[in-house]
Amino acid sequence: MKPAPFAYHRPGSLADALAILAGDPDAKVLAGGQSLVPLLSMRLAAPSALVDINALPGLADITVTDGRVRVGALARHAAVLASEEVRRHQPLLALALAHVAHATIRNRGTSVGSIVHADPSAELPAVLALLDGALEVASVRGTRVIPASELFVGPLESALEHDEIATAALFPVLPAGAGVAFEEIARRHGDYAMCGVAAVVDGDSVKAAYVSVSEVPTVVDLTGVPDADLGEAALARLDPADDIHATAAYRAELVRVLTERVVARARGEAAA
Amino acid sequence: MSPDTSTEERHEVVLTVNGVAHEVSLPARRLLSDALRHDLGLTGTHVGCEHGVCGACTVLLDGAPVRACLVLAVQCEGVEVTTVEGLGGPDGSLSPVQQAFAECHGLQCGFCTPGFLTTVTAGLRDNPTPTHEEAREMVAGNLCRCTGYQNIVKAVERAAVIAGDATAEEAR
Ligand SMILES: Cc1cc2nc3c(=O)[nH]c(=O)nc-3n(C[C@H](O)[C@H](O)[C@H](O)COP(=O)(O)OP(=O)(O)OC[C@H]3O[C@@H](n4cnc5c(N)ncnc54)[C@H](O)[C@@H]3O)c2cc1C
Ligand code: FES
Ligand code: FES
Repeated sequence: MKPAPFAYHRPGSLADALAILAGDPDAKVLAGGQSLVPLLSMRLAAPSALVDINALPGLADITVTDGRVRVGALARHAAVLASEEVRRHQPLLALALAHVAHATIRNRGTSVGSIVHADPSAELPAVLALLDGALEVASVRGTRVIPASELFVGPLESALEHDEIATAALFPVLPAGAGVAFEEIARRHGDYAMCGVAAVVDGDSVKAAYVSVSEVPTVVDLTGVPDADLGEAALARLDPADDIHATAAYRAELVRVLTERVVARARGEAAA
Repeated sequence: MSPDTSTEERHEVVLTVNGVAHEVSLPARRLLSDALRHDLGLTGTHVGCEHGVCGACTVLLDGAPVRACLVLAVQCEGVEVTTVEGLGGPDGSLSPVQQAFAECHGLQCGFCTPGFLTTVTAGLRDNPTPTHEEAREMVAGNLCRCTGYQNIVKAVERAAVIAGDATAEEAR
């Protein structure tokens, strides 16, 4: 298991990185490498070149401004999880990140990289979708902001153009009086979930987003749904599938159980 | 046909491992785990799965545990790498974590052990007095096919005691 040969670039400025990407349609961005390097080693990916963004200045910042938690592209999962400010302004991020892999992987993997990677089994894409967040991206053509609702195109496919670098993810802060909760069931703690559910309750509004039970992060509006019907209402929008970890029927059962549990907990947090 | 790699570009990199600087010339695709083992002959870092799951290859990068199989060696210029070879004293004495693994039978075949030792060394530095739950969590990302983990968790707790005693001794 060794990667195929590739050229390696470690630009010191965003402009240089974007220029290299624009000039080579087969080049790929390397962030934390925690998803990309396994793909290279298994030769599921064989890019002509890697553009390592780890030396780009200013991208590791985590800030709270204009009602949004802004997580820079080089902020590691571990740094986001450890941030008191993030926990205070958008507790759902920390709740979900505690389930992202193990501490050793979180030391290197980036939260933005996980969103761009768009794995339907990943926690952060579901969180970004649920909160109606967005991704800031740059290319030689300029910058744009992609709302979460337009970002996730398919499994492992996001709406980024080949020559774009995501510079930050924007997570709206939790409104006063609202509550969030997250829970997932995995074979072992730290593994990808068989099913995960995030919920936000704000006044009468109840919304949930799902991990590992649809091809792209799916947000289901459960406002006004009686407690006993929450699971079925969610399942109407989801598509749990069989794989080596769980049957579709078991995943559907997890949707029912977790939806009730997570919505109840988010309600409790909202009331607290 | 496999691509002709004889002309593959090589990069001159200075790898600082356990305080010693090594100048190496390697292709960009060389994983840090392979650079340590093949280019530097430091075979203490073990390679199991090569996709981040088993933890056998865990080394410290500027003190933080990282999978050496998920980092390219060319990325490590200017980074302080610590491998299992760098954990003991210069006189060959065992570190508190190594001593505790030996005392508690925290290893059998030893394949997984380098990854546990580096992970626990960093874990106890950040949290010198873990609860039982925290000790379990500390090693949750590393696989061992022999021990059944009970003695590894005991070793984590024992290492905390040994390190604590040593610190108290120094303070006296
Ligand atoms: C053993 C193991 C267990 C894991 N478990 C989980 C889990 O339970 N949940 C989970 O969510 N994740 C899990 N992961 C994946 C981890 O969260 C990764 O860190 C994450 O998916 C990708 O982030 P990265 O920074 O490592 O990106 P990389 O691996 O560097 O890149 C991934 C992809 O995104 C692209 N990319 C990355 N950053 C940018 C950017 N800024 N702009 C443009 N393109 C970019 C790359 O080109 C590549 O295609 C696990 C990984 C391992 C090895
Ligand atoms: S060899 Fe690196 S994690 Fe298994
Ligand atoms: S001691 Fe053999 S794998 Fe852990």
